Amino acid sequence: MEILVCAKRVPDTSENEITLNRAGSDIEREELVYSVNEADNYAVEEALQIVAKVGGNVSVVTVGDEEDEEILRREMAMGASHGILLSDPEFQMSDGRGIAAILKAFVTQGKYDLILTGVQAEDGAAQIGGMLAAMLDYPFASLVNSIEVLDNYKLKIGREIEGGNREISEIDLPCVLSIQTGINEPRYVGMRGIRAVASVPIPTLGASDLGVDPNTVGEAGARVKRVDYFVPALGKGAEMLAGSREENIDRVLELIAAKGGLK
Amino acid sequence: MESGSVVSLVSSWLKPGRHLFILVDLIGVTSFAYIAWRRLVPLVRAQADPRLDRPVARLGNVAKFWFGQWKHPRYRGAGILHILIFAGFILLVIRSFSTLLVGAFYSLSAPPGEFARVYNTITDYAATVVFTCMLVAIVRRLVFRPARYAVPTRYGKAHTADAIFLLALIAVLMAAEGLFSAAAAAGQFKVGEAGEQLAFLSLPWLLQIPLASASLATIGKFCFGAYLVHETTFYLLLCYRPFGIQFHVETSLFNVYFAKLNRGTVKPVRWDVPDSALDQVKTFGVKTFEDFTWKHMLDFYSCADCGRCSDSCPANAVGRPLSPRFLSIKARDYAFQHYPVLGRSTNHQALVGSVYSDDEIWSCTTCGACEEECPLLIENIDKIVDLRRGMIDDGNVPQSLQKPLKALESRGNPYGKMEKKRADWATNKEFQRVCPVKTLAKNTANTLYFVDSMTSYDDRMQSIARSTARILANIGDDFGILGGAERDSGHEVRRFGEETLFTALRDHNTDAIKASGVKKIVTADPHAFNALRHDYKDVPPVEHISQVIARTSAAGLIRFNAVERPDQIYTYHDPCYLGRHNDVYDDPRNVLDAIPGLKRVEMQRSRDRSFCCGGGGLMLFYEPKEEQRMGVTRVEMAAEAGADVIVTACPFCMVNLEDAIKVAGLEGKMTAIDLAELVDRQMVRHDSTSTATSYVGG
Repeated sequence: MEILVCAKRVPDTSENEITLNRAGSDIEREELVYSVNEADNYAVEEALQIVAKVGGNVSVVTVGDEEDEEILRREMAMGASHGILLSDPEFQMSDGRGIAAILKAFVTQGKYDLILTGVQAEDGAAQIGGMLAAMLDYPFASLVNSIEVLDNYKLKIGREIEGGNREISEIDLPCVLSIQTGINEPRYVGMRGIRAVASVPIPTLGASDLGVDPNTVGEAGARVKRVDYFVPALGKGAEMLAGSREENIDRVLELIAAKGGLK
Repeated sequence: MESGSVVSLVSSWLKPGRHLFILVDLIGVTSFAYIAWRRLVPLVRAQADPRLDRPVARLGNVAKFWFGQWKHPRYRGAGILHILIFAGFILLVIRSFSTLLVGAFYSLSAPPGEFARVYNTITDYAATVVFTCMLVAIVRRLVFRPARYAVPTRYGKAHTADAIFLLALIAVLMAAEGLFSAAAAAGQFKVGEAGEQLAFLSLPWLLQIPLASASLATIGKFCFGAYLVHETTFYLLLCYRPFGIQFHVETSLFNVYFAKLNRGTVKPVRWDVPDSALDQVKTFGVKTFEDFTWKHMLDFYSCADCGRCSDSCPANAVGRPLSPRFLSIKARDYAFQHYPVLGRSTNHQALVGSVYSDDEIWSCTTCGACEEECPLLIENIDKIVDLRRGMIDDGNVPQSLQKPLKALESRGNPYGKMEKKRADWATNKEFQRVCPVKTLAKNTANTLYFVDSMTSYDDRMQSIARSTARILANIGDDFGILGGAERDSGHEVRRFGEETLFTALRDHNTDAIKASGVKKIVTADPHAFNALRHDYKDVPPVEHISQVIARTSAAGLIRFNAVERPDQIYTYHDPCYLGRHNDVYDDPRNVLDAIPGLKRVEMQRSRDRSFCCGGGGLMLFYEPKEEQRMGVTRVEMAAEAGADVIVTACPFCMVNLEDAIKVAGLEGKMTAIDLAELVDRQMVRHDSTSTATSYVGG
């Protein structure tokens, strides 16, 4: 099975102190460290587990610039056989639809049975998977947390439903799935693995290579524009429970139950 | 000569069996040679491990740990029993071999001289002692059943039958040998010759009494029978030992001679590949049995199944799925099964996931208690680290550890905090006014205070950093820190098997330390201390703050006020990487004893028997399966000793013990304090740091 995973490089929320820049238009990016978007990493792991079972290849693609190569290498160190960077000055400031259009152009150049995205980017809007599927006229399922390959060019997939329920569906291939974290346990990639793929060439494709009309992507084609970005003021502090241990335990249980955390 | 006729008497009895005896000799020796060769097969396929250096130190180990049985008295009952058996075996070696030769070459049994008479008397007693010890050992195994011999069901069946069979064989060997001597003496008496005296009340002496009334022919038959039983038992033992727990009789001498000499270190990824060429190595660590080094395989063969390692292992004590004893036993079972004496060898199967479980390998805190206890000097930490290297290489790492490892890679600390905030504990304005701390590279200093991640970033542990800085200032040391240029020492990174990341951290720190131009390094973190001392190369000498305090207070540079709360009882908890791995036991205790009015007690498990708090560094992120936290067990031990205050000298011990005090419900009754914090509180301040605003704590 030929699987394509769409991945994104994002500021690592656990390793950064996110602050706004002076202009208030974006976050301060000077000292940020980046990593592959967590859900995308789960998608790559899932793809690797599928090809380990049924054979095939995993390719990882990202839209960005040279710096984004680092996540492609990390995913290749995990076991992906190809990494492709889609990069062009014309792509900058694309909205979600623009990114989906670039990816669609790339997908139609190849032959992929399955396309995976993370459920959402940590700095994104969970929109690429659905749009990409629509543009390709492929079936789509979101929030997927289990995949089983069936014999008749179909998949059996599980989806997470609000409230902790699960839904099992069959879906025809080729299709697009957005992968939920927790679907598997992604393998560890150390510096050694990354070094081993450090010199593997990564092809870079631009607008002309992909046959993308520059007017439909980038700033020119964007129909969604960010107008503000801020850190909301902190709400009131935590509620402190003052009582005996037993009383506090009862109160905590009550509160959790009230919020729907207990059944 | 009268003895001459004894020899001829024995010879005449044995003569009819000569061909049989020679046949048994041949079968026995050939079988043993074949078995030994088969046992060597995996060792030949194993990884390189150069152990031929420093012969004097190695012979010293042999004298102390093998011949001197140094570790044995640590378990008094079993230890004394073993020392007696070992001494008996050593004494009986010549007698056993000469007896074996008598059957084949009876002319060799020369008439005993004066030396031989004395030797015979000694060995009469030695055989008696060994025989008695076997009976005691069998009774111990059957009736008293020490808990440490038990085999938990997940590790298979009990080894009792095997142990008793082997003990019984030795008892039979001793009895047969005694009966042989007794028959010879009885025959001698019968033919009316005043021959060799059997040692009074020895086994042969006792066996001689019933024989005395028998006819000469009967005695002769007993002599023949005893000889044959002795000979066959001897070879049976020789050939059966390589199949079980008594193989150490053959291997122990080699295992002790080739034992690891440099404690506190971790073996390189590959002994035969330099660090610079590691990128070319296809796989890291131990994945299959053949990835172990030959010495580590010899360890597996040598394990005597005595259970001392697991008895002292804190992970085992709190119910983690790790028992160092079975690390060896399971590997040995694997070796015996896959490298059988008869049949073809099958190899190259993954160990983790079949022989060992993931959790088993991650459960080790590398505290070293098992190695400290092992009478045969078996190594466990290097094997654990090698197995982890293999798991890291396969990407098989718990999710809970992946985040901190990634953060160490991108930020140089496991918490993912910004590099520039590393010195926040020192740059706090109020503290800077009281105790200015220089950042090196921009400034120069004589001493580098290497803080390491935990003490730099953790709000609570920053108090240890400030105390350390004040102590260094108080003794007038010209010191500074690396600040944002410091990275995690990588001590746990290496011990968790991430060698490549460790190398990057080490190289970064080494460059920063060299660029700072300092003459020496001080740290308050025993893990950093051990890393800088053993894992780093070409850095200035390093001291732990407890050593600095002990040295300077002995020289009068630090004086102490009377202890604040003279009613409290103090106890000192030895951090593993200060004590066991680096032998710093006395300095912290001397410091405590120098504080006027401080009352100190020892916990039962102290010094080299210290019980790990739960481990540091990455171990704080790992979520083990356990019944109770190690720290809780430890504070219970402190309570049992009657202590109100646990003093330690390690930020990780501190975090574990403080948490454990809360979990154990001892809050308000017990406190933990770092040695540096205590000294900071008690020391008579010189001008620069004496101030009304005592800025202690976070």
